[in-house]
Amino acid sequence: MRIVILGAGQVGSSVAENLVSEANDITVVDTNPERLKTLQDRLDLRTVTGNAAHPAILEQAGARDADMLLAVTQSDETNMVACKLGATMFNIPTKVARIRSADYLSHPEIFSAENFAVDLSICPEQVITDYIAKLLEFPESLQVLEFAGGRVSLVAVRAFHGGPLVGHELQYLRQHMPQIDTRVVAIFRQDSPIIPEGKTVVEVGDEVFFLAATENIRGVMRELRRQDKPVKRVMIGGGGNIGRRLASAIEHKYEVKIIERSKGGAERLAANLARSLVLAGDVTDEELLEAENIGDMDVFCALTNDDENNIMSSLLAKRMGARKVVALINRSSYVNLVQAGQIDIAISPAQATIGTLLAQVRRGDCVAVHSLRRGAAEALELVAHGDAQSSKVVGRRVEQIDLPAGAAIAAIVRRRGTPAIPGATGAAARDSDVIIAHHDTLIEAEDHVIVFVVNKRTVPRVEKLFQVGVGFL
Amino acid sequence: MAWLIAISPVLGIIAMAMSASHLLPVFTSLVLNDGTTVLFVSSMLVNFIFGLALWLATRHHRRELHIREGILLITLVWVGGALFACVPLLWGLGLSFTDAYFESMSALTATGATLVAGLDRLPPSLNVWRAELQWIGGMGVIVLVVAILPMVGVGGRQISKAEIPGPMKDDQMTPRVTQTAKGLWIIYFALTLACFACYRLAGMSWLDALIHSFTTLSLGGFSSHDASLGFFNSLAIEAVAMVFMTLAGINFATHFMAWRQKSLVSYRRDSELPYFLAVLAVSVLGITAFLWTKGTYPEPLTALRYAAFNTISVATNTGYATTDYAQWPVFAPLWLMFLGTFVACSGSAGGGVKMIRAMILYRQVFREFNKLSHPNAIDPLKIGRQVVANQVVFSVLAFFFAWLATLVSMTLLLTLSGLDAITAFSAIVASLNNIGPGLDHVGPAGNFSVLSDFQTWVCSITMVLGRLELLTVLVILTPAFWRK
Repeated sequence: MRIVILGAGQVGSSVAENLVSEANDITVVDTNPERLKTLQDRLDLRTVTGNAAHPAILEQAGARDADMLLAVTQSDETNMVACKLGATMFNIPTKVARIRSADYLSHPEIFSAENFAVDLSICPEQVITDYIAKLLEFPESLQVLEFAGGRVSLVAVRAFHGGPLVGHELQYLRQHMPQIDTRVVAIFRQDSPIIPEGKTVVEVGDEVFFLAATENIRGVMRELRRQDKPVKRVMIGGGGNIGRRLASAIEHKYEVKIIERSKGGAERLAANLARSLVLAGDVTDEELLEAENIGDMDVFCALTNDDENNIMSSLLAKRMGARKVVALINRSSYVNLVQAGQIDIAISPAQATIGTLLAQVRRGDCVAVHSLRRGAAEALELVAHGDAQSSKVVGRRVEQIDLPAGAAIAAIVRRRGTPAIPGATGAAARDSDVIIAHHDTLIEAEDHVIVFVVNKRTVPRVEKLFQVGVGFL
Repeated sequence: MAWLIAISPVLGIIAMAMSASHLLPVFTSLVLNDGTTVLFVSSMLVNFIFGLALWLATRHHRRELHIREGILLITLVWVGGALFACVPLLWGLGLSFTDAYFESMSALTATGATLVAGLDRLPPSLNVWRAELQWIGGMGVIVLVVAILPMVGVGGRQISKAEIPGPMKDDQMTPRVTQTAKGLWIIYFALTLACFACYRLAGMSWLDALIHSFTTLSLGGFSSHDASLGFFNSLAIEAVAMVFMTLAGINFATHFMAWRQKSLVSYRRDSELPYFLAVLAVSVLGITAFLWTKGTYPEPLTALRYAAFNTISVATNTGYATTDYAQWPVFAPLWLMFLGTFVACSGSAGGGVKMIRAMILYRQVFREFNKLSHPNAIDPLKIGRQVVANQVVFSVLAFFFAWLATLVSMTLLLTLSGLDAITAFSAIVASLNNIGPGLDHVGPAGNFSVLSDFQTWVCSITMVLGRLELLTVLVILTPAFWRK
């Protein structure tokens, strides 16, 4: 795919990095030549220096025969104008814009084809906020990802002593909870994947990925570890864009304290937030944490824009007694360093947001993609089109599908009654059944199939399976 | 002196306007033939000639006023207005100047304290005049509190500049005071008209409906009967009065917005309103329960009727009464007086500290508590979703201190002159907050005629101090104000 990325900031560079590795043809545009140079030194891509909303610059970046435009600069306005240009001047089929202002987002009509022609708007800060809010709802989980408009959830949990299933074979889950259908899709033991089978024994410390209908998540989680107390008190370190969004999203549900270093920033926060307690100070200030009862916090989220600060403050918080600590870490090497150690959850903003974009890049009718384990694994929601002749999946049982090793069909979401509208999500998806896949489950046309891929390298082969053969056309 | 000359033409115009407002009692006396026509026409002429002379003499000195001149003007309008307006009372009621001035100040400040007994036997046009003065006073107060004081920023009033929600902000209610005043007066006039119609429908005579609609909307509380609204003993009339007193107790800027936007959203956005209504509701129910359990009214519904009317009346600073509530067990009348000190919303003709200031003071206390337990917390004082600047909080604190100091010193002054404690205290509370009747000798059954001349003057001064939000008047007494 030929992709033009506008903006080489945090989002732009991490997206570029992810997409380059998938044999895409990438051009990055930014006004800052230094940023582009560091990017070019590291990755195999083309760069253009200039204003991303100027036709000449877009032309130079190869917009004329681009398949996709990712406008992810800091400025909403630049992104919108670029999309409009991409549509009117260059006929780019897919245009994605990063839009942060809630004001724009509350008027979706301005993104339509005749207006700004934004096919998909993403707001990374919002994605991360939702992600953390979800984690607070399920404090035992490491990750909660949704498919099919929220009908199905993929959850990562660390197995602990005391969980009924720990030390048993997976098939025991079936006997223990006959009424709940779930599927363990992968187990990571000391960072290496194990393809789970009925006889696989869950050990203490395993990171278990399972998939179930969203309403059953709690029940399954109880099998793997003792239920934690629900979260009541949350402390947020850093009142930047993400910290502020998170605080205002959760302040009516939990007791929230938020620490912001700059006095002015703290005052603005306090003016905007209704119930959170805003504290001015340093997140790594031991005395401040102590004075604000860090030991009684259920969750501490370090969300400043400084990786080191986040790591240090969350380590400090953990040592001072916070039950669970979450740190926002941009640098992937750091993520690997700290995850599963003292820090309970390390969130990589790039990983959290890349999924939305990947869904656009994937071939086949891909509804959702979630990037897992720092991009090593991936979970995809694909729609099976065609019929038994044209498709390699439709009309076949799961065991008959020629999936590459390490890939597993985890669940199917099937629209009730009439065949589903292609690409149905949201409201349409609610009107559907969740079928946890077994070896003999038959896949029908227009099913949403959720595939878990342990090794990202095999993703193209999975995509290929779901592409409709030429005969269909 | 230059200042006085600069504001004199304005005062002249006000005297002439006051003279024009004599037309209503003149008309009443002509229709009813109550023998006061000559009185009012001569008073009208005195006012007109005086105003015209003042205007003619100084009109060439008229110019844009500075803020200090503005403050001086505000005070002079009320002090001078009461002077112009007291002429018919002086001649028609045979009152001493002290008493006539008190009565006319009580009218113009929409207080409603009276020292005239035998109201029922008064020539009707004099009652109309008293009521009309309150109505005019209320009109002035509303423009003052909604449009003028926020501009000057007296006692934290600047908050209401930011408080005014929605399109008003870019419209800048303040620079075009005349425009705003017109809008507010339309609302005021329309509500008065509605109130008049309702009173008439509820069974009042044309004259009574006119007088009472004037004094209801201005939250003044003058009545043409010694027994106040208790005279009618009609549930319907009481209900009408309660509804309109409550409406008049709400910020007129909110009514104005609702009228302009043709929607009720502004009521939902008004941050004072829920507290205003909640305090009223809780107090009504509480006093009902109290009176019922104490056996004052054995019937719970009777208790509710009396409690509701008198509570709303005193809390909104109107000062009507349907019974001598001073005779209730002492907790209830004291509670009523307490409500009268703060319940009215900021942009109404009600007096006292005002709900918004009470809210700010209350939050400030909790802010101090919070500071003790969380020294690092950034905890702005918020009213609704609006952050209140510390400067405003300080102004409010200063206002509240001035209010308290006035309350204490004026009460002490009255007791020094020989008045008993309850009468003195309640007379000052009633005057300072523009409620009207106090307790004991000056209670709803008595009136202010028991006061000596000195005490009457103290109350007159207290009324104008309270009406003009203290600082506006007090600043004139500071040397810095007069320094060039």
